[in-house]
Order: sequence, then structure tokens, then C-alpha cells
Amino acid sequence: MNEVTNMESNVDSPAADDSLEDLPKSLHVNDLSLFYGDAQALANVTMDIVKQKVTAFIGPSGCGKSTLLRCFNRMNDLIDDVHISGRIEFDGYDIHDESVDVATLRRKIGMVFQRPNPFPKSIYENVAYGLRIQGEDSKAVLDERVEWALKSAALWDEVKDRLKESALGLSGGQQQRLVIARAVAIKPSVLLLDEPASALDPISTLKIEELIDQLKNDYTIVIVTHNMQQAARVSDYTAFLYLGELVEFDDTDTIFKNPKEKRTEDYITGRYG
Amino acid sequence: MSRHISEQYDLELAQIKELLMEMGGMVEQQVNHSCTALVNHDDALAEQVRDVESRLNQFEVELDDHCVSIIARRQPAAGDLRNVVSMMKAITDLERIGDEADRIAKMAQRMTDDEPPTDLYADFRSIHENVGRMLHRALDAFARQDVENALRVIEADEEIDQAYNSLVRKCVREMRDKTEGIENSVNMMWAARALERIGDHSKNIAEYVIYQVKGLDVRHGGDTEIDPSED
Repeated sequence: MNEVTNMESNVDSPAADDSLEDLPKSLHVNDLSLFYGDAQALANVTMDIVKQKVTAFIGPSGCGKSTLLRCFNRMNDLIDDVHISGRIEFDGYDIHDESVDVATLRRKIGMVFQRPNPFPKSIYENVAYGLRIQGEDSKAVLDERVEWALKSAALWDEVKDRLKESALGLSGGQQQRLVIARAVAIKPSVLLLDEPASALDPISTLKIEELIDQLKNDYTIVIVTHNMQQAARVSDYTAFLYLGELVEFDDTDTIFKNPKEKRTEDYITGRYG
Repeated sequence: MSRHISEQYDLELAQIKELLMEMGGMVEQQVNHSCTALVNHDDALAEQVRDVESRLNQFEVELDDHCVSIIARRQPAAGDLRNVVSMMKAITDLERIGDEADRIAKMAQRMTDDEPPTDLYADFRSIHENVGRMLHRALDAFARQDVENALRVIEADEEIDQAYNSLVRKCVREMRDKTEGIENSVNMMWAARALERIGDHSKNIAEYVIYQVKGLDVRHGGDTEIDPSED
């Protein structure tokens, strides 16, 4: 990874009176650019992700919001021909440093995708899976953690009497909460949510949003969403990306009441840019 | 401001604004008619003002409903949100100005031939002219989203307050010194009070223009440093 100079970001930072600068950060992104082959997907992104807050990424398709999200737990490593420059720090260390074990990084920075992807196993085994991989085989420990994770994901009451049944029998909304339970079972510090509710009905969506609100007490959450109202409802900070560029990043109230950039205004009010 | 992708959304917003301006025009006329009725002791004109008042109330209800529909169906954000919020607030102020005009008309109907001195009339006419100009300018600024004009309206409010206080002092002096014309002096004082309130409502409308365009809340002395040219 190249040594990165401290470049001043030209992006409007959250208002000083919200003292974002004073808040503890989970992730620090500095001058991050990413190319798929010759195509640039992210251009000089610099931003901080605040600990135990919800940060939303919004922007039109292809703006780079999911790409940026996937940078945080190095999911882009799985794609051929990706070139990244710049630096991402997680809890103070460079996630691209040679000494970083990617599996450990992903344990600390969990991810939930658009479509719920439970394993074709029982509800219980889905949640216990990560712990078993870590070598945990004590039934008492697993039982306790599975219950805790399912409660954290607001699913326990709905499934406690059928833990041995297949996870594939759950509804889409339940499956998505199961996947979140599976992610929190190994106690990560960051949860990356890539359009977690876009395949769900409105009630299931509200349950996921309510869950996000509760989870932020314990986790740093970054959510990518196409649904601007969802970003407005659940997030503390909102970043608007356009053509790979971080156009504006501010507290969510400011973005939705009085954004500084015309491009942000045009996007969130549904105007022709 | 560029157009929405949804043409219908643009049409809906434009329609509300158009109705609001129509209501504004009616309110302006009400203020002028009521003041003329008071100065000229024109009972018929005062009655006309009182008849129109209920139509203004209907206007308020109809316009509010349009705004609520747009919030429910479009979930406006940023400039659109400020626009709808400003319109809803302006509707309330316009309706209240209508109430004040109605009050002036009521005072006009109570005027007797037992005259107070003519300079009270001149003072009242002068306040009416200034307030009328202020209201007109506030509505114009609202229609054009003109911050500079809005700022002038806000500044003008203080002069109105001073002129009102001076008129009240004169009325009190008249009542103390002479027995004839007391009733008219009291009526005049109430009517001037209503005009002063109309000035306040006009100032409110001007403040919404600044909120709408700049996103700044200048009410109660907040965010006072405004550069109209700065985007």
C-alpha cells in the first residue's frame, strides 16, 4: 500500500457544533480510490465512521456506495483486477497492512447483504456457525450465545420453539434478522449492511430499522440504502456519493433539511441534475 | 431550482404556490378595504370585508390540505421540505392577517360621527400605507424567493412599531384632554393595533422566505448575518 499524504478533503464535513471531530471513530478513510481494471469506482474518498452511530451511504446506482462499504472488510479482495490506493484505518491500524489477518478483520467487521442468505441448516446452527468455526464446542456456551444473538436480532420470541427447524422455512424478514443474529453472534464491532431491507415488505423493513436503532448501542453500523427515507429514518450521518466521489457528508438532519451541495439537493429531492 | 423528475410534483407545488398567492392578493385587498372603511366611515365596505373573511378561512383549510397531501405522498426533503413548511406557515399568517382586517372592519362599523382630530386619521393612514407596502413586499419576496426584499420587510417592522406607539400616545392624550371623540379614539387604537399585528405577520412571511432560500431560521434574532447574494 502506498504511503498516503495527508490530503485535505474538499468535502463538507459535518458541522462543527456536532463536533464529529471529537467523537470516537471506528473507521478512518483517507484518500481512498478504487479501480475495477481501468474503471474508477471510487475517487479520493476521505471520511470518518463514528463509533456506535449509524452512517448511511446514499447515491444512485453505480455511485460506488456498495464498493466503499465492501472496502471496510476487504470484500473487494475477492474480485479480480481490483486496485486500491489510499488508506483505511480500523481502530487505529491499516486494514491493508501485511500483518492483518483478513478472516479476523471480517470477524470484527461483519456484513449483511441485500438478500438474506441463511445456510441450509437449522436456525440454531446458522447462529452457532461462526462460533463453531472459531472452535467453540461447549453446548452451554453455544446455547447461551445463540439465545443472546437471536434476542439481539429481535427474533428470539418468534423462533425459540423451533430452533432445530430449517432456517429456510422462515419468512424473508425473519431470515434477514437471522442473518443479522449470525453476524452479531461472533460479537463484531462493526456491522456493514448492504441494502438490508430492499427485498423485504414494509413491516419487515420497519422491524429491521427498529433493530438497527437498538444495535447501534453496541455496534458501529454502516448501511447502504437506495431508500432515502430509510437513510433519513435510521442514520445519524449520511454520505452522498456520486460517480465514485463523496459529494457531501454531514449529519443526517442537515443532509435532509439543508444540504450544502446542489448535487445532493437534486438527488434527494428527485430533480434532474 | 431545476425541475423534478416527476412533472406532476412540480405541478402540485406550483398549484399550491399559485393558490397561496391568490389568497395573498385577497388578504391585501381585505387590509386596504378595511382601512379605507375605517377612515371614511364606510359601513358598506366594512360589511364587504366581513363577508369575505369566511372565504379566507376556507382558503386556509383547502391550502393546508394540499400541503399535507404533498407531505404524505411525496415526502419532500431539503429545499422542497423547506418550501412546503414555509407555505404552511405563510398560510397561517395570511389567515391571521385576514382576521386582523376583519377586526379593523369591525372597528370601522363602530366609528361614530363624533370625530377625533384629523391628524389621528392622517397617522392611521400613514401606518396603513407602510403596512400595506410591507405586506405587498413580503408576498412579492415569497413569490420570487427574493431574500433582499425579505430583509427589507424585516427591517421595516421596527418603524411600524414606532409609528403605532406614537399613535397610541396621541390617542391617549386626546382621551385625557377631550371628552368628545373618545369612542373613535378607542376604535382607532384597536384598529392601529391590528395594523401593527399585520406588520408582524408580514415580517413572519419575510422570515419564511429566508428559511426557504437559505435554510436559516432568523426568527427571534437568530442567524442575523445574511448576505442576500451569497448562495
